[in-house]
Amino acid sequence: MDRCIDVPERLALKGVSRRDFMKFCGLMATVLGLPMSFAPRIAEAAARKRPTVVWMHFAECTGCTESFIRTAHPWAADIVLDIVNIAYLETIQAAAGDQAEEILEETVKNEKGKYICIAEGAIPTKDNGVYGKIHGKTFAEIANHVTKNAAATICVGNCACYGGVQAAKPNPTEAKSVSEVTGVKTVNLAGCPPNADNMVATILHFLVLGKLPALDDLGRPLFAYGYLIHDNCERRGRFENDEFVKEFGDEGAAQGYCLYKVGCRGPETGNNCPKIRWNQGTNWPVGAGHPCIGCSQPQFWDEMSPFYVEK
Amino acid sequence: MARVVVDPIPRIEGHLRIEVEIQNGKVKDAWSSGTLFRGLEIILQGRDPRDAHLLTQRSCGVCTLTHSLASVRAVEDALKIKIPPNARIVRNLTHAAQNMHDHSVHFYQLCALDWVDVVSALKADPKKTADLSASVSGRPQTKKYYEGLKGKLDAFVKSGQLGPFANAYWGHPAYKLPPEANLMAVGHYLDNLRQQVHAAQMTAIWGAKNPHLQGHLPGGVTVIEQLNADRIAQYMFQLKEQIAFIEEVYIPDLLAVASFYKDWTKVGGNDNFLAYGDFPESDEEPDSFYFPRGMILDKQLKLEKLDAAKITEDVTHGWYEKGEPLHPSVGETKPLSGDALGGAVPNTTDKDGKYSWIKAPRYDGKVMEVGPLAQCLVSYVGGNKEIKDTVDMCLKKLNAPPTALFSTLGRIAARGIKCLVNAKAAEKWCGELIANIKSGDTKTFTSYKLDESTNGQGMGLNDVARGSLGHWIDIEKGKIKNYQQVVPSTWNLGPADAKGQKGPVENALIGTPVADPKKPLEILRTVHSFDPCIACAVHVIDPQTNEVYKFRVS
Repeated sequence: MDRCIDVPERLALKGVSRRDFMKFCGLMATVLGLPMSFAPRIAEAAARKRPTVVWMHFAECTGCTESFIRTAHPWAADIVLDIVNIAYLETIQAAAGDQAEEILEETVKNEKGKYICIAEGAIPTKDNGVYGKIHGKTFAEIANHVTKNAAATICVGNCACYGGVQAAKPNPTEAKSVSEVTGVKTVNLAGCPPNADNMVATILHFLVLGKLPALDDLGRPLFAYGYLIHDNCERRGRFENDEFVKEFGDEGAAQGYCLYKVGCRGPETGNNCPKIRWNQGTNWPVGAGHPCIGCSQPQFWDEMSPFYVEK
Repeated sequence: MARVVVDPIPRIEGHLRIEVEIQNGKVKDAWSSGTLFRGLEIILQGRDPRDAHLLTQRSCGVCTLTHSLASVRAVEDALKIKIPPNARIVRNLTHAAQNMHDHSVHFYQLCALDWVDVVSALKADPKKTADLSASVSGRPQTKKYYEGLKGKLDAFVKSGQLGPFANAYWGHPAYKLPPEANLMAVGHYLDNLRQQVHAAQMTAIWGAKNPHLQGHLPGGVTVIEQLNADRIAQYMFQLKEQIAFIEEVYIPDLLAVASFYKDWTKVGGNDNFLAYGDFPESDEEPDSFYFPRGMILDKQLKLEKLDAAKITEDVTHGWYEKGEPLHPSVGETKPLSGDALGGAVPNTTDKDGKYSWIKAPRYDGKVMEVGPLAQCLVSYVGGNKEIKDTVDMCLKKLNAPPTALFSTLGRIAARGIKCLVNAKAAEKWCGELIANIKSGDTKTFTSYKLDESTNGQGMGLNDVARGSLGHWIDIEKGKIKNYQQVVPSTWNLGPADAKGQKGPVENALIGTPVADPKKPLEILRTVHSFDPCIACAVHVIDPQTNEVYKFRVS
């Protein structure tokens, strides 16, 4: 049987029109910062290939997986299920126990050097890493095995990228990033969690261009993290005009003034939240009157806190 | 006698290992192990109390928001802050939307595959499936739709890349649905993947984003500017869509699936239930809670009063040093590390063997189940008419007695019932919000003082998607001196205690039939019915200092 199935045709069966699909590809081209002429190539790549993805959970909260399933434009959850072959992802997979372990082993063996590893979560290293286990093996053992046989490893969320919340002081389990533990160079989709649109865009970049996107010195794709929140913030004008919220609930808050003086970390944080916003553009922290907490910066739990105080 | 280990348990949050002993085709004994420890509470020590809701929210990205809610309430209790009515309503609306999201995702994405055989759907007759959907679903589909769906499924299977559906227990004799019901359910599985995106949007209207909302703050909520007609209308419009989906799809599916699995009303029950209650409708807490606070003991449908001072945590079978069961507010936590931890390998063979990072909470020494079933039972006898009517309607349709609720199936049904009732209550709260704003009240935040002279202890008791969630905070000199979380999955997934009383999930598993120990599908059914969340469940230790934590009972 031909493994290359026409994705647009299958999506059409689900009520996703070719037009919607092309719209999605256009959106992805925008997120990636590619010219619109790339949309047909994105469509072609998405339709042709179904590369295997192995998505591992380590010390984390599953918020990044949850973020991922919030994709739309039009219904990227459906699209991504059809574009990639998600061989292992405990949060949604049917297989359990020995059968789950078997899939993981078979995939790493049969797709060696070809699959994409997505890593979510940090790796505890104290006491030889016994603070986190799956199927009796430590996260460190699993991470080494799965990342070293992958074509590429994409870390989703600050835990996998930089250690995250469990690595915050005093880091009781000596949790470390995936890269620190395995020595593998990773693409870091920073954020707590990262925005689903940026996750999908990174995977598509890999499919369309056959390589990973350009990264900054923290391993983050420049297309998403190459701008400061502050530079694209809808309240930037307020900042320039010295119009600040001085206390939550004050008149300035009611007027939508700048949140810098109640702790906003937008000026130090690289991310595209103000441009693409969250949950299909529903809102984003500053829109809801809440300061940015700098969640796409390494060690933000220590470096950016206390969060409600001007730095 | 056979020992079966299921590790990992998929379609949950976190890392869970379940071991069972099977005799004569049934589970004779069971052990539940949380296999990840992160230590968030120790990380909280010394931080600004206002930051705790952001940090504790990272306990879990599935039940996102709920820890933020519990945390701001604990700080408000400690600092004696009363929040404005608008803040209370916005929190209720956002929490209700989170429940709509969480409960429907549990039913379709996390638990359905234990009851729905995806491969069997390939044998379905599209015409008969359309007829079935016309007879049971409020949102019937056509023959053409089911032909398309079946074609899509067929192409997916023939691609040889089964993705998340690979290597499952398809064809297992415990699957009872006819192919047409399976195909209909697969359609709704895909529908809900879209529906949940909308539910998440509702939480982001005033909560900024989902997962990990940024809209709460001790003192109220941060939104003021966007507490406007436009945003309220957006919420209400999406709420109508959610209610329609729950009424037309979720509840009918629940009843249709349940009618084929009535045996599961006799399996997987517990005796005692505890619910903190939630959704305050005024300043009076817990008296004004829409879902009341209370307990059910020994399966008697009679409301018992809950006294939070009677909660203790037992560490006999956890990887902690031996100690007496203590209240979380005076709790001691002496975790094992290094050689004493022995590699954290579950010991399920010795009488006092240690096998989990989860502690064992008890109420007055009793094992208590928490969650939507507990909240429904307490509401049923506690005066919530909407819950009582909806429970009675479901029981009548299934021709089942109230005792059927004490089961695996009852637990799954209660989640849908609570989801529906909660969504409808949100309509009422929208009306209140509009009335407040119309009257000129736009206040969403209460100012307070927090500096180096601030001391206080507080408790936030909540009933969230997975059940009763408690946060305890001790503030000294304006900083967090100590923080404790006792979360729903600690109650439900915890191990046995010193008296040998098994935890709720272990207890529920005993007696479960297992047709094929190599394919323990039935185990997944009961475990999933609790909607486990393990990253939440494992809490509080400091393996470096073995520090003793102390709280005063307030």
